[in-house]
Amino acid sequence: MRDPAGDTADAAGKTFEHVVRLDDVSMQFGNVRALSNVSLAVGRNEIVGLLGDNGAGKSTLIKIMTGVQKPTAGDLYVRDQRIDWRGYSVQRAHELRFETVYQESSLCEKQPLWRNFFVGRQITNRFGFIDVRKQKEIAQDILLNAIGFRGEGITVDSTVSDLSGGERQGISIGRAMYFDADLIILDEPTVALAVKEVRKVLDFVRSIKESGRACVYIEHNLAHVYEVADRLIILDRGEVVAELTRGELTLPDLTQYLIDLQEKRQHG
Amino acid sequence: MARPAIKSHRSVWERIEGLPVLLALLLIIGVFMITAPRSFLGLRIYMSFFATVPPPLILGLGLTLVIAAGEIDLSFPSVVKMSGVIFAMLTKFVAFPLDVGADGIVGSDGVTNILPWLFLLAAIAVGAAIGLLNGLLVTVIGIPSIIATLATLFVFEGLSIIIGAGQQYSLRGIDEYAVHQVLTGRVGIVPAQALWALLAAVVMWFILNRHRFGEHLMFIGDNENVARVVGVNVKREKIKLFTLMGSLGAVAGVMVTLENKNFYTTQGTAFLLIVMAAVFIGGTAISGGKGNIPGTFFGSYMVGCIEAGIISSGLGGFWTRLVVGLVFLAAVIFHLAVETPARFRQLAGLRLPAGTLIARRVKPPG
Repeated sequence: MRDPAGDTADAAGKTFEHVVRLDDVSMQFGNVRALSNVSLAVGRNEIVGLLGDNGAGKSTLIKIMTGVQKPTAGDLYVRDQRIDWRGYSVQRAHELRFETVYQESSLCEKQPLWRNFFVGRQITNRFGFIDVRKQKEIAQDILLNAIGFRGEGITVDSTVSDLSGGERQGISIGRAMYFDADLIILDEPTVALAVKEVRKVLDFVRSIKESGRACVYIEHNLAHVYEVADRLIILDRGEVVAELTRGELTLPDLTQYLIDLQEKRQHG
Repeated sequence: MARPAIKSHRSVWERIEGLPVLLALLLIIGVFMITAPRSFLGLRIYMSFFATVPPPLILGLGLTLVIAAGEIDLSFPSVVKMSGVIFAMLTKFVAFPLDVGADGIVGSDGVTNILPWLFLLAAIAVGAAIGLLNGLLVTVIGIPSIIATLATLFVFEGLSIIIGAGQQYSLRGIDEYAVHQVLTGRVGIVPAQALWALLAAVVMWFILNRHRFGEHLMFIGDNENVARVVGVNVKREKIKLFTLMGSLGAVAGVMVTLENKNFYTTQGTAFLLIVMAAVFIGGTAISGGKGNIPGTFFGSYMVGCIEAGIISSGLGGFWTRLVVGLVFLAAVIFHLAVETPARFRQLAGLRLPAGTLIARRVKPPG
């Protein structure tokens, strides 16, 4: 694991202000305008909550950020460097240390945790044989230190089917942190989880912040994202309609604010 | 939170791979020692197992990987036939004429050893090509493997009979060649193929459980979409898998031909069902995600042993199918009970008599 406090520079040693920044990004699907002139930025160690109803453009925004789709217009800056869309892809986003944790689990049920942590990026000798001991040691370290699974009967040999939904998201987040992601994008990680499990996931989101990383947290449940986000960006029908920093409004005020906002947009 | 310690979920049956199958094999041998003492108390019958079981065993090892990856390959009997006929015809019509001595007997004045080795390679290349074709049909064209390989089973069974003109080819004199001595000769009294099969099992265990390729196969079999998201090249790995299966099929096919010193047109046909039975008796589940190499190893010997044991016990040959089927069923039920005790806890709720084997096994862990 890297030192969370001391890391203010990218690989080239240059400091940067925003890990990712979108400038005037628009996305047109035929006649449908999914995003219009969206600008947003995520600081180095910031949790940004992305709120919005279904169809507000959250997913499209994320897909553009992670190289799944290319926008019709606009610019992307990664660590303050402008990125050429032509060379941008999912692989490139990985190389730039962006990791996405999807709604549905990205783990294999029957496999032990130590395999799930490393699959696709195994530690092997040059003949391709896996260094099981080393992988287990590191997986153990992630379990205990990065995501704090203590005394819950979970070991690196546990299979994913032994874990609850919240714990599974924790493993995915832990994996992203271990592989040194600078930006972790969480796509509605609390969907379909019990209350107690939601709590665990929110704790994992806080640990992202504590480790010095940035996070874009997509959510439709206001209360969840309010708890952990430094800043909230509210999307509605493809536009950024509000941006709020932590503490500006209380949760009830914020709720009222959003309801008013929506009514104003519907009638005005 | 009352979470039971995870470790106790995994019983001794699961932790030592293949142990229950080995014990069942020893039990069956024990029974046959009583019912057919004349055969089963001597060494000869075991040497005959070591001669005949290795080819289906090697096929089973490959099939274990295929099933772990959530696929199936039904075409291997055709590979056994195809590789056999190619090896036999090349040897008989190219190598033998060169090596007929003054007395008209193959090898009496020495032999050209290199040729049969090349023919073995040719047979393996053909097997690999059939496997590659299977892999392409499954991944590129997208035909489910059960359909694709059933079709290629027909195609290459047919083609091998056409190539061989429906004839069998006797290879009298093949034992003069190194390829026969190395692959199917005798080390003391032990058939060499038994040692090769043991080596193959060890190698395949390491490939499945310790190699990147094997891990990718298990993830593909577990959940193909997740495998893709975490960066496994699913198509490439599947193509590699089917190609490996085809190559192993060719090795098994040449082994059968060498051991028989003859290519029979029926070579390999009977393997389809017994190899699958051996893999499932060994504890590999059709649901994919896992494979049990030691289980397949002992399971193959178990099937071979039952076939011989039934006949030596004085029952008709037709009993073998029935007994293999019963053992097969018992094994699958046993493996299910070990893997998902919850399913059997429900059964215990249906008031099984206390103290039955199943009822005892489903006591909650810890």
